[in-house]
Amino acid sequence: MRIHSSRATALAALALSVSLLSACGGEDTGGDSGDGDSGGGDIALTMLPKNLGNPYFDTSTNGAEEAADEVGATIEEVGPETGDDPAGQVPFINTVAQQGADGLIVSANDPEAICDAIAEARDAGVKVVTFDSDTNPDCRDLFINQATPEGIAAKQLELISEQIGGSGEIAILSAAANATNQNAWIEMMEAELKSNSAYKDIELVDIVYGDDQDQKSFDQTEALLQNHPDLKGIISPTTVGIAAAARYLSESEFKGKVKLTGLGTPNEMRPYVEDGTVEAFALWNPADLGYLAVQATTALVNGDITGEEGETFDAGRLGEFEVSADGVVLLGEPFVFDEKNIEEFDF
Amino acid sequence: MSTSGTYSEYAQPLWKRVLLTRESAVIALTIVVVLYSLATVPNFDGPLTLKFLLQDIAPILLISLPMTLIIITGEIDLSVASIVGLSSVLLGVLHDNGLSLPLAALIALLLGAACGALNGFLVAYLGLPSLAVTIGTLALFRGVAVGLLGTKAVTEFTPRWVDLATGTIGSTNIPLVMIPFVVLAVGFSLLLHFSTSGRGIYDIGLNNEAAHFTGVPVARTKFILFVLSGVVSAFAGIYYTLRFGSARGDNATGMELQVIAAVLLGGVSIFGGRGRIHGVLAGVVLIGVISSALRLERITVNVTNIIIGLLLVASVIATPLIAWAAGKLPRKAPQSEEPAPPKQAAPAGV
Repeated sequence: MRIHSSRATALAALALSVSLLSACGGEDTGGDSGDGDSGGGDIALTMLPKNLGNPYFDTSTNGAEEAADEVGATIEEVGPETGDDPAGQVPFINTVAQQGADGLIVSANDPEAICDAIAEARDAGVKVVTFDSDTNPDCRDLFINQATPEGIAAKQLELISEQIGGSGEIAILSAAANATNQNAWIEMMEAELKSNSAYKDIELVDIVYGDDQDQKSFDQTEALLQNHPDLKGIISPTTVGIAAAARYLSESEFKGKVKLTGLGTPNEMRPYVEDGTVEAFALWNPADLGYLAVQATTALVNGDITGEEGETFDAGRLGEFEVSADGVVLLGEPFVFDEKNIEEFDF
Repeated sequence: MSTSGTYSEYAQPLWKRVLLTRESAVIALTIVVVLYSLATVPNFDGPLTLKFLLQDIAPILLISLPMTLIIITGEIDLSVASIVGLSSVLLGVLHDNGLSLPLAALIALLLGAACGALNGFLVAYLGLPSLAVTIGTLALFRGVAVGLLGTKAVTEFTPRWVDLATGTIGSTNIPLVMIPFVVLAVGFSLLLHFSTSGRGIYDIGLNNEAAHFTGVPVARTKFILFVLSGVVSAFAGIYYTLRFGSARGDNATGMELQVIAAVLLGGVSIFGGRGRIHGVLAGVVLIGVISSALRLERITVNVTNIIIGLLLVASVIATPLIAWAAGKLPRKAPQSEEPAPPKQAAPAGV
């Protein structure tokens, strides 16, 4: 059957070529119009989150688009489907270098793996701004930092103090015992409790670890309440922990009596805010983060700033921002979510 | 069946035998896509395209070489990407503990050989199915890799070694990694297409037992191929680590499927016994070019996956479908047709 299968393969190739060409052809118009946009003197920006289809990054991209409209920039969101592969963002960064876009806004999957690709993009004239998750500082032009460890620690103490009336026993439900960021926040909270006279009547009685596992965090919450009958409040600076603790409290006799705050996401915490288990919790607003990232990138592209410490730029509705050491721009204090504003967020 | 299935193909003139093959079809399609992209995709003709493209597909090109030979014997190695991750982690950990990079790289290559030997022993000498064995070692090697480093990464590598992985040849846009790749590609081509062992590899894929009885060292051949696969995967892991300057347990997650997809697109039969190196390399390049062009067109990665997936499915079904349609047509001047050997039906059933 050799003749037939030879002819068959040739025909197959032809069929494939046609199908492929038609596929490419279908996309062609989109590419042309995109090209036209960037050719119109606008600033062309690319937004590269850790992965696509993630509500958190969808929210930051919405903020970025809002800012892009205001400053007259075009913005395209690209990215890998999953954040599994630390180098998965590299081809997208390379593409930005090939296109010679004006700016790239990226949340790094790995602080090191994408540095070479970023360096090549910068060589090609692209301004590179990281947000949410930084690379090594020498890789990029600016990092838009959502919150400082000091700010996160202070905001959580402020919230719990308000909720328990400034006195009583509190405990912390953390993630893993060796989680660097968690431990940094806990140390700062301990120091602040000792040094700040506003917290003199608050006693931190226990720190437990739920390892960012839902079931373990749930069990640790139960143990905390049994071991400390006078407990007035729990701080859980981890989204997994606070959601598990809230679930336990909402189904227990302690609901509304033992206060809970920490770092959580609106979608996970919404039912517990609505049913009164949780009054308020903190995080940052990803939409503001994306908005600020576009404003900062535009300022870089326009030459208003170069990324040096002490430079200031105007960031639209968020006001004026200053570049601090290592090219970091801080969004501000953590954002507080409560029953009044939680409906506005979807991430 | 191009090498050893049937001899009727030799009844055709040489140009027909060379041009009307699956491999030529893939190469032709690749050229068409490249020309089309050059003409219509913005920035595809830029100076960086070739460099980025080759850097991206280099690990897949490398691993596709031993994978081609393994699949031609009728086996498969799904653990390759996990070996990439494991060798990456070992390189990072050893270097972090003060070993020089060449020594750490050598140990990582030996580890790759050991991983391949484990696969090879279980498949070739214990006769276990390679699909099951290498699904197991895929999880095993990846588990060890992630376990060794956790979520940490080793990122301190001597710049001159990193430059080897990221640099280009002279002032061209061709990455340095293409040099070891070309050497390996020539080596594997000689082994598969111009040696007695190579004919043995096809024979094993066509009929394991018959190959054994005609004197082909079936077990030893398979064992060696799995070891080669482990070594080449470890080499790809070293390249991957240095290129990105980051040793992590989750490096190259899922790459095994990209390799196997390209090998099958390049005309290798999943049932064994059929396929050629140049077709496979064209398959890797074709997928790389399509991905690169669609990214430049700002097409989302989901759509890219759909197009590559359709291409793969189409390539698998087109051959038997059109052969069937051709069979319905009245035959012109029947050639010297032989009764098909039993295995010859296989490609039609793919």
